[in-house]
Amino acid sequence: MCFAIDGEHLSEALQAIGTKLDSLDGEVTLDFSSVTRIDSSALRALEGLARTADAKNFKIALRGVNLDIYRVLKLATLARRFSLVN
Amino acid sequence: MPENLAPLSEERIAYLEGLVSQARTAAAVFSQYTQEDVDRIVKPMVLAGLEKAQYLARLAVEETRIGVLEDKALKNMVATEFVYNYIKDKRTVGVMAEYPERGLIELAEPIGVIFSLTPITNPTSTVLFKCIMAIKTRNAVIFSPHPSSWRCCSEAVKIMYEAAVKHGAPEGVFTCLESHTLEDNAYLMHHKDVGLIDATGGPGAVKAAYSSGKPALGVGPGNTPVYLEKTADLDMAVVDIITSKTFDNGTICASEQTVVIDDEIYDRVLKKFADLGAYICNAKETEALGRTVIDPTTGFMQPMAIGQKAADIARFAGISVKPNTKLLIAPIKGVGRAHPLSVEKLFPVLAVYRAKSAEEALKVCVDVNRAGGLGHTAVVFSKNDEIIRKFGEVINAGRIIVNSPGSIGALGGVYNDLVPTFSFGCGTGGGNSTTDNINIYHYLNVKRMARRTPAPMWFRVPNQVYFNRNAVENLRNFPSRSTLIVTNAALEQIGLVDIVRRSIPPQTQVRVTIIPDAEPDVKIIAQGVEALNSYKADQIIALGGGSVIDAAKIMKLKYESPDADLEELAAPFLDIRKRVAQFPTEKINRSRLIAISTTSGTGSEVTPFAVMTDKERGIKITLADYSLTPDVAIVDPQFVMSMPKGLTVDTGVDCLTHGLEAAVSIYASAFTDPSALQAIQLAFKYLPTAVENPGDEEARTMMHNAACIAGIAFANASVGVNHALAHAFGARFHVAHGRANALMLPHVIAYNASVPTKFMPSPNTRAYVAHKKYAMIADLLGLGGNTVEEKVNKLVRATEQLLDRLGVPRSIADLGISEEEFERAMPDLTKIAFDDPSWRTNPRMPLISELVELYWSAYRGRRAAEEETTIPKQSVEEELCV
Repeated sequence: MCFAIDGEHLSEALQAIGTKLDSLDGEVTLDFSSVTRIDSSALRALEGLARTADAKNFKIALRGVNLDIYRVLKLATLARRFSLVN
Repeated sequence: MPENLAPLSEERIAYLEGLVSQARTAAAVFSQYTQEDVDRIVKPMVLAGLEKAQYLARLAVEETRIGVLEDKALKNMVATEFVYNYIKDKRTVGVMAEYPERGLIELAEPIGVIFSLTPITNPTSTVLFKCIMAIKTRNAVIFSPHPSSWRCCSEAVKIMYEAAVKHGAPEGVFTCLESHTLEDNAYLMHHKDVGLIDATGGPGAVKAAYSSGKPALGVGPGNTPVYLEKTADLDMAVVDIITSKTFDNGTICASEQTVVIDDEIYDRVLKKFADLGAYICNAKETEALGRTVIDPTTGFMQPMAIGQKAADIARFAGISVKPNTKLLIAPIKGVGRAHPLSVEKLFPVLAVYRAKSAEEALKVCVDVNRAGGLGHTAVVFSKNDEIIRKFGEVINAGRIIVNSPGSIGALGGVYNDLVPTFSFGCGTGGGNSTTDNINIYHYLNVKRMARRTPAPMWFRVPNQVYFNRNAVENLRNFPSRSTLIVTNAALEQIGLVDIVRRSIPPQTQVRVTIIPDAEPDVKIIAQGVEALNSYKADQIIALGGGSVIDAAKIMKLKYESPDADLEELAAPFLDIRKRVAQFPTEKINRSRLIAISTTSGTGSEVTPFAVMTDKERGIKITLADYSLTPDVAIVDPQFVMSMPKGLTVDTGVDCLTHGLEAAVSIYASAFTDPSALQAIQLAFKYLPTAVENPGDEEARTMMHNAACIAGIAFANASVGVNHALAHAFGARFHVAHGRANALMLPHVIAYNASVPTKFMPSPNTRAYVAHKKYAMIADLLGLGGNTVEEKVNKLVRATEQLLDRLGVPRSIADLGISEEEFERAMPDLTKIAFDDPSWRTNPRMPLISELVELYWSAYRGRRAAEEETTIPKQSVEEELCV
């Protein structure tokens, strides 16, 4: 299952995905192609997604993460909690 | 975690982890901000701090019961306004500075999460200062205030945080530990996600920070000595000291602690202090004060006295003073535990010492400085620059404040141009890593991007080179009062000196000094210099081969600069432009050196090199400097027409080696290549004829020119490993230099043409091109071949054939040197060859094991070089990159 993430409303988009996780199986891909900047609430939402995925034992992949966002995920120690795909 | 601390509960760990996670997230988000984003946040923070300066000061005084409200308000304003004034235009994001001429760019990298301890003495000002610095540098901070100043500090953090977030800073950028313990601090100090500890506080906090193993800015106590010297402006000094020492009741650790006063002005100074509201204690009162405010067990100040008013402190000690007394002045007789008031006192008590001399005063200041104040701050009041400088030299302090108040002076930006700060680096003396006033640059990792910059090169040759038959006649263009001809006996006997004499203007007094036809010895040089001095020569004509010309170069050097230390000048160097030993530029005599070469090989008439020996000490001295280059070179073939065959071969091969080595040198350039390649072509073409038909004037002329042209090439591009090998081998087995070169030459070409084990560092070469340059030489010589590899092989074979034709022995073995003897010599040979500077410009860096291989190849003989070479498999069409 792949979700296109709206970079303009990143935090809300991630929170919305979070609410759907219970009904999903297997692997979820979030398309980050339109994400150019990330704020604290979005990082917290990502952290929440990662926690949920760990608990439910399924994978979340982030696709199309640009270099700047990749670096932020690294600094926030979140990059290792997702599979990053091109 | 240190073992002596209690373990933390799970709940506490979760709380601390939450703080770190919040800060880490904020720092990650912050990393995306631009300079403009950051600057948009900083300014309103500063304004918020200014607006709340008095409010925070009041909170601090109420909570800590330390200091003076008005002064604390002022400190809060300095911490915001002055700091802002310093940082507002500074770049702290992305490119911080560019130095295009040096190819350097400095880039800012935030630290991430900073764990910050703040002191009780300057609580809110330190918080304001650190918050502003953190935002300017895109860092997140977890604050751990001194427990007795938590409320005012957390309020300061809140004010800063709200202003910052309101203007776009990431959430969680500042947090403040609630009711913390030493265990909490230790946990955070050791946390993997904390990048820096910024500990401003007491010795314990600083020590803990530095012991954590994390990068830390630990800024602790001081003990500021003041020298009040007799020439000082006493009125200014007394006011400054009172201003500083009473500022916030003396809580700034840079404030004055002991004033050492010259005997002549002591009484006047104390009267001035008293007139302005200080109380001068008598001996008994001083003792009582010491007992009261200094802990006799530890020798440190009593916390209850910190930041209290002078009158209150006097009351604690049972001294009766007026309520408005500004300062208690306690005369002391020495420094150390026997004199309790000689230590740091963060309250308005000032020790004074009467010094009988400047010497004594400085010694006492050194003692105070070393009694807990190393690396911190010191103050001197004087109009005597010599005294001020001496004070600066003998005192170990990061801030040496001159003719101004210590505390406010050290804060920077008010009385001087020091960087505004609330944190003083105390250097290694204070257990710190810096003596700086801590500022934004300590909150950044400065990345330096260094672009490749080609090294500046040169092309230096004699001013004038005259060539072809009768070039010697140009001597008449050089007026001289007294000329000394340096030559050897054989050349004089065959009439060459007479040819020279005939071309010298008749009014010139000409003398001749004869030297042996061998590498010049130190004694020969001394004799030559003596002759130059006695004749007051203004011109030297060197007529001879390399040895004679080298001797004349060194004679000129010693004649013009008698103090030149030849051994020091011969010190090894890697890069002639950066050499340690500098040739003298001051000269007591001036002379012109004209070199007339009588051999066709060394190129000494145009090179900056000279070799001599010190037979008594058994050492060889090689000098290299462009000041040695002759002023004029005369390349006249009539001086080489009678050169014997053996000498023609040896010098001719030397010339060829110079050309081949200069062509592939890492110093080779578009300026040197034409000379190197021309010399190689001439040598290949004319050397056999010059040897086989010595009377062929064209061949002699061309070889004579070739030697000079090769000299021009290697004077600038230098030589390579062939020369290093030949120097060591020739010296050990007494083989002529040119012949030694010849024995190595084909092997070295094959060696340099193959893939290097180690490349030679060289900013001016963009690729390994030695093999391609050899191929180009093969093309110039018309040797044929379709690939680089084939061309290199053809060059090696052509060189072998040339050497065969010249009758050069095929191998070292052919010289009659046994394998055992050669084997025995090998350690010395390779050691000397490796120490030889010649190979430093070789295209590939020779390993010692490779030097051994090269020597054995030369021992076995040229046939070994006919084996296939392994050269880099690159396209032949690829352009030469030089």
